[in-house]
Amino acid sequence: MAKNKFGVHPYIPNSVPEVQAEMLREIGAASVEELYATIPERLRLKRAMNLPEPLLSEVELKKHVEAVLSRNTSCRDYLSFLGGGCSQHDVPAVCDEINQRSEFLTAYAGEPFEDHGRFQALFEYESLMGELLDMDVVNVPTFDGAQAASTSIRMASRITGRSHVLVSDTVSPDRLLVIRNYCRSDLKIEAVRHCPVTGRVDLKDLKGKISKATAAVYFENPSYLGCVDDQGEKISDLVHRAGGISVVAVDPISLGVIEPPSHYGADIVCGDIQPLGIHMHFGGGHGGFIATRDEERFVREYPSRLFGIEETAVEGEYGFGDVLYERTSFADRDKSKEFVGTAAALWGITAGVYLSLMGPKGMQEIGKSIMQKSQYAAKRLCELRGASLSFPEAVFFKEFVVDFNKTGKSVKTINAALLREKIFGGVDLSEQFPEMGQAALFCVTEIHTKEEIDRLAESLKKILGRSGKARIARKGKRG
Amino acid sequence: MGMNMKTKLRRFHQATWDEPIIFELSREGERGILVPQAERGIEDVVGDGISKLPRKMRRKTPPKLPELSQMQVLKHYLRLSQENLGADFNVDIGQGTCTMKYSPKVNEQFVRSLKVSSLHPLQDPSTVQGILEILYKMDLFLREISGLDRFTFQPASGSQAILAMASMVKAYHASRGESEQRDEIITTVFSHPSDASAPAVLGYRVITIPHDQSGLPDLKALKKAVSKRTAALFATNPEDTGIFNPRIDEFTKMLHKHGGLCAYDQANANGLLGLTRAKEAGFDMCFFNLHKTFSSPHGCGGPGCGALGVTKELSEFLPVPLIGFDGKKYILDYDVPLTIGKVRSFYGGIPAVVRAYAWIISLGSEGLKEVARVAVLNNNYLLKKVKEIRGASVPYAEGQRRIEQVRYSWETMTQETGVTTDDVTCRMADFGMHMWSSHHPFIVPQPFTLEPTESYAKAELDEYVAALRHITDEAYTRPETVKTAPHQSVTHRPGHGNLDHPDKWGITWRAYLKKCEKGLRKRIV
Repeated sequence: MAKNKFGVHPYIPNSVPEVQAEMLREIGAASVEELYATIPERLRLKRAMNLPEPLLSEVELKKHVEAVLSRNTSCRDYLSFLGGGCSQHDVPAVCDEINQRSEFLTAYAGEPFEDHGRFQALFEYESLMGELLDMDVVNVPTFDGAQAASTSIRMASRITGRSHVLVSDTVSPDRLLVIRNYCRSDLKIEAVRHCPVTGRVDLKDLKGKISKATAAVYFENPSYLGCVDDQGEKISDLVHRAGGISVVAVDPISLGVIEPPSHYGADIVCGDIQPLGIHMHFGGGHGGFIATRDEERFVREYPSRLFGIEETAVEGEYGFGDVLYERTSFADRDKSKEFVGTAAALWGITAGVYLSLMGPKGMQEIGKSIMQKSQYAAKRLCELRGASLSFPEAVFFKEFVVDFNKTGKSVKTINAALLREKIFGGVDLSEQFPEMGQAALFCVTEIHTKEEIDRLAESLKKILGRSGKARIARKGKRG
Repeated sequence: MGMNMKTKLRRFHQATWDEPIIFELSREGERGILVPQAERGIEDVVGDGISKLPRKMRRKTPPKLPELSQMQVLKHYLRLSQENLGADFNVDIGQGTCTMKYSPKVNEQFVRSLKVSSLHPLQDPSTVQGILEILYKMDLFLREISGLDRFTFQPASGSQAILAMASMVKAYHASRGESEQRDEIITTVFSHPSDASAPAVLGYRVITIPHDQSGLPDLKALKKAVSKRTAALFATNPEDTGIFNPRIDEFTKMLHKHGGLCAYDQANANGLLGLTRAKEAGFDMCFFNLHKTFSSPHGCGGPGCGALGVTKELSEFLPVPLIGFDGKKYILDYDVPLTIGKVRSFYGGIPAVVRAYAWIISLGSEGLKEVARVAVLNNNYLLKKVKEIRGASVPYAEGQRRIEQVRYSWETMTQETGVTTDDVTCRMADFGMHMWSSHHPFIVPQPFTLEPTESYAKAELDEYVAALRHITDEAYTRPETVKTAPHQSVTHRPGHGNLDHPDKWGITWRAYLKKCEKGLRKRIV
């Protein structure tokens, strides 16, 4: 056997040459290379891959990776007011304790008896979300809120047999790109305007656009721009009268204090679970939920796994299994409802832990705390020279848009100056929503203290106070 | 008692806690965690905050979540974790096609550091140069591993990568004015179900190529299927059978000849690292599941990452943003002229990318090759051993070596004893191991699919085989033991009486309780 020049690696037990020799003898092969005989020469890579020299010891590896990561400045190093679809909330230690358990972290797709824990934890996740949303059916999480929105829309299209979809134009441009791609072949996505004063859906515009061809109206509450819309009932009535489906995306962390969409007529409710005990991970901490009433016509259209509670062969024992497995692409390939596979199960388990820790009181208190702190922050920022709220009559939750047009400074300039003060300012909307000019979306959560909000206000005061000649481009493209 | 080293069987019993559903543990008034309240100074200015909400938007009844103290929540979920069999505990070679391997713990430390976990995706790029460097370098690494020219990490899984590939196929043909005409995608029956189902979402008619007698996709059938309507081929190689298709380049050439694209499902590339690549086989795009081949843990089914690569010609269709380097700093590049847009929020499954980066760095070129070599060695060793088990057989390609996995069959045993592959799956749990059958449809009768990867020691492979052998002995001598298994797992075989009936299914606790109260189904406890 050719000497293995790589040596023995701790991740590869059978890299030991003697073991390889023993196994080859058993197989009846002269070398490992012989096992590759089916790969023709013309398809072979005949050189080493151009990759860095390996860092074989854990010490070297740690030093290298930690050095690279040290070039990051985190939201724990600086004070952050970034939101826009990913927000900084407290992550209880128990959430991390559970999702780092080897039993959950390294499991995949075992059977309901040996992976009973995964099934139960995800059934509980569905159930806890069901209480939060006041709905009877919730899926095992899909990839993220954008996918949940896209699938909800496709579900509505299948249920109604229609292909026209109205989407509120305050949806995040990022999410809209996902929806458009996912629906690119057969659905017509049309935007519905919002009221420039309240940030709510423009009912007049909606009335003008909705028709008997409309499968769904999709809006977010609170919207991407933070505004709470109290016209849910009217919107749902309009959709229902046209024979369509009302799809509402919601920030689940608002639901201790704000009515869930099921209370104002939503048929399909979706969103992202990242706020529920999951770190931001540079956008890697997302999971999407889809909830409906317990009606067969809805349940049949889910592509996702739906774990149901079931008896077992033993009296009095809880078991779990897939509800209507035949819907899924695991069972029926291209004839299935969309597709299913690896998505965000571990984040689903984590969100379940979070809701169990929070309980009803925790969710009420966090909702209240976020409302108070964000309102306080908005008030402080609007005291600044030239700054005001873009939606002066909006009721907002967690996020709000500050209009900097009269400050003579661009958001870019302002954020660059804030960065020097070790503050990540609000998301710059000047390119996403050019009609608003120089506006920024600030996110304030339960983690922010009065002192920190005051620090933001004081820093901004200094920045805006400086005589600025920065030219402001009101133009930009909505990406 | 120690493990019996002669029989290689161990006594095993998984934890059974009879753990109630969390709602049953609720005690009014208990709190699991307290939330920071707004300071007096804030309340003085804005009041209670919630009065601002229009009355009808205020939640009247609090969500009926359970109320538990912190340790009780912890204990509940720790017990549930013990009732779950992770790869860190078992000889996890029985979930074939899933590439269960060791996920190094040091990489977990990296992912859980605040320098990764507490980054917001919209921070100023100057403050995230470390993570952007990892994304950029991973792109370079995977270019080298695949031979393709540009990667994105946006797809959160293999299935989402397939959706992204199908979207790019669509955009590519649209850019040439052929989108309407090219409305068919060809895949193979032993490729993953998502290779058929994800393109179907985009309206493609899916043609599934059967296999020929050798177990390989039938070239003649492909010839018949390919036409001016063909948009692309979506295929795996090797497929679930583990047989490498040596004529794969003929497939890709035929597609190209007819103007179609070739998309390579390399969710699992574990046996091929450094040996053969997408480029040499003529593929225009491919994806790697970082939660399979590249060691990121599976997390009970995500979060993962389907790293998607394409040739230079197709890179203008990739989702935005791409990660670039301008000579001084790493940048988010939105300048992708014909981009399909996005398939997922922000930049994708970042934790999986960080782990995969560290894993590649810890192995290098020779190490990755050794991963593949040992995965193939382990697989062929296992093949030899399983073939010797009474009642087991290996369909197709008699006498040929396999790459990283094999689809076996218990057909003989089932015919001779009545014991099915599902029964063996149940009984394997009694030895603390998984044994997965296959995706549907069961083309191989009574299938089971084993993939030993590089992570398992010879002794562990022997232990797995010993358990299979023991179970087949039981099947031939006392089949009831197998047919009534599991006996030492967490729970027992689930019934299926409620899961397909709208009146009975319970997808949430509240829905279940309602149906019990209405007498539509029996309350379990």
